[in-house]
Amino acid sequence: MRVTTNQQPDQPIGFAARSRRAGTVLAMTVLVVLLMLASLGVGAVELSPLTVIDALLGRGGEIEQVIVQDIRLPRAILAVAVGAILGLSGAALQGLLRNPLASPELFGAPQAAAFGAVLVIALGLADVRSYALPVAAIIAAFISVFALLAVAGRNAGMLLLILAGLAVSSLAGAATVLVMNLASNPYVALEIAFWMLGSLEDRSFRHVMLALPFILVGGAMLFGRRHAYRALSLGEETAQSLGIDVGRLRLWVIAGVALGVGASVAVTGSIGFIGLVAPHLMRPLVGQDPGRLLLPSALAGAGLLLAADIAVRLIPSTSDIKVGVLTSLIGVPFFLYLIIRKRRALSGGAA
Amino acid sequence: MSAPFLQAQQLAVRLSGRAVLSEVALALPARHLVAMVGPNGAGKSTLLRALAGLVPVQGEITIGGERLAALSLRERARRFAYLPQGDTAHWSLPARDIVALGRYPHGTVDPERLTAADREAVTQAMQATDVTAFADRPITELSGGERSRVALARVLAVQAPVLLADEPTASLDARHQLDVMRYLRNAADAGTLVIVVTHDLGLASRFADSVLVLADGQLVAQGKPADALTDAVLSKVFRVNAYRAAHQGEPVIVPWEAA
Repeated sequence: MRVTTNQQPDQPIGFAARSRRAGTVLAMTVLVVLLMLASLGVGAVELSPLTVIDALLGRGGEIEQVIVQDIRLPRAILAVAVGAILGLSGAALQGLLRNPLASPELFGAPQAAAFGAVLVIALGLADVRSYALPVAAIIAAFISVFALLAVAGRNAGMLLLILAGLAVSSLAGAATVLVMNLASNPYVALEIAFWMLGSLEDRSFRHVMLALPFILVGGAMLFGRRHAYRALSLGEETAQSLGIDVGRLRLWVIAGVALGVGASVAVTGSIGFIGLVAPHLMRPLVGQDPGRLLLPSALAGAGLLLAADIAVRLIPSTSDIKVGVLTSLIGVPFFLYLIIRKRRALSGGAA
Repeated sequence: MSAPFLQAQQLAVRLSGRAVLSEVALALPARHLVAMVGPNGAGKSTLLRALAGLVPVQGEITIGGERLAALSLRERARRFAYLPQGDTAHWSLPARDIVALGRYPHGTVDPERLTAADREAVTQAMQATDVTAFADRPITELSGGERSRVALARVLAVQAPVLLADEPTASLDARHQLDVMRYLRNAADAGTLVIVVTHDLGLASRFADSVLVLADGQLVAQGKPADALTDAVLSKVFRVNAYRAAHQGEPVIVPWEAA
């Protein structure tokens, strides 16, 4: 039997939506590259984009090369990697839970990761430059997200997840401060600000090497199951009936988020709200399909963190502004705005 | 009845310590529309979910001679298409992409990368439920009746030998109820074993080849609609008396008064 469809062979179905997505990804990629160049140029010594490119290629003055390649490049790479994994984690969690308010920071994952990292330092199990640090942060992040989803239960509504997330992050934050207070190592106690408020300052390639492998693996795990999030948009039972092992998918996503967020926190401290904001910025541009939101959200996350990290260097201040402070200053009002928009669903006992 | 295609023996489901289904035996042929009726809490949805593999079940189920327990999740998904109760589209996807999710069990996870066979299945399913006209519109912009037809197209696109539908006519207007039952009837006539849970005894007797009556987790009657939904069954199970007639050769059963 011949199949009759009304589609034109030269204009496949969904062509407009597909080209719109491709255009968005291209534009976001260009934006991230431009922001990276800006990030390499901004600082105590202002460098023009052309000087930056020369320095990257090993041309131009030696001082410029050192500034760009050794001081600012790791910082920019970390901004891209951490921002991207936060955006990707937010999009994956929102897809998994079918919940536009899901994100690693609202679930307390960064706070728990910080606790894990602080604990191993305080116990003297690791110094700040060993792989034990990201591993501890990853394990703590995994436990926190796993516990949160276990407490909230299957098909948990927004309200329940947010309340449980608030409890987890408060607990992790308090535990972190307590460990610092009890630590015999004075160095640890001085670093409270580092863990509570993330920053990208003075990061080296050692930090990049510490975090990047885990971020890449976690990102690949989250991105690899992107089509399952789409099936989940019809509910967990339907997804299961389509052949998806939903229980295993949950564990997989939790592990991916923990790897990415844990490793990020281990080198930058806790940087909030990028995971929440990035997917929301991209939905008007690429649509709501959770399977198609991951790459744009990762790019948006990278762009947001790069921009915030440039901004903290441009804002005149007597001491350094932490980039985590800035993302929270932007992110919290945005979160409140989302709550206003979702107010009916939240107060309607969606939990 | 031809040779049974779906068989179940000694089926039992316990949920949090409580027996929801017990001693259910089924022998259902292909090319057959089965209506499952029973009062609220009788275990209808649970039986459907047990067949779809969504709740742990004791007893043996075979489909086409194969033991269900021996099948992988995906193999099972290719054999049972499941339409849950209610409206569960959380994100605003185009209707066509939702229908294409029916091809997920066949390994086509991306609605934009359909094989020729997928495209044919999706096109046929959308034509069968008359949703082609709004295929590119977001699901959230459709009316309840239109959404129910898209949901039905999604399960038809699986092209599974067994289609399980949990109250697909609930909360639909009269015309959409008839449309949905007609689409299910057509699927059965095309060779599918369709099992549909409904509270509407009129629709059940009008469209179904046979009726399963569940009460308190047990199968209390089954057979052709007029044979299963006897006065005794209706008064005992549903506590109603019914008005009975025949129209165009089909039985008409309308609950009339409390028994």
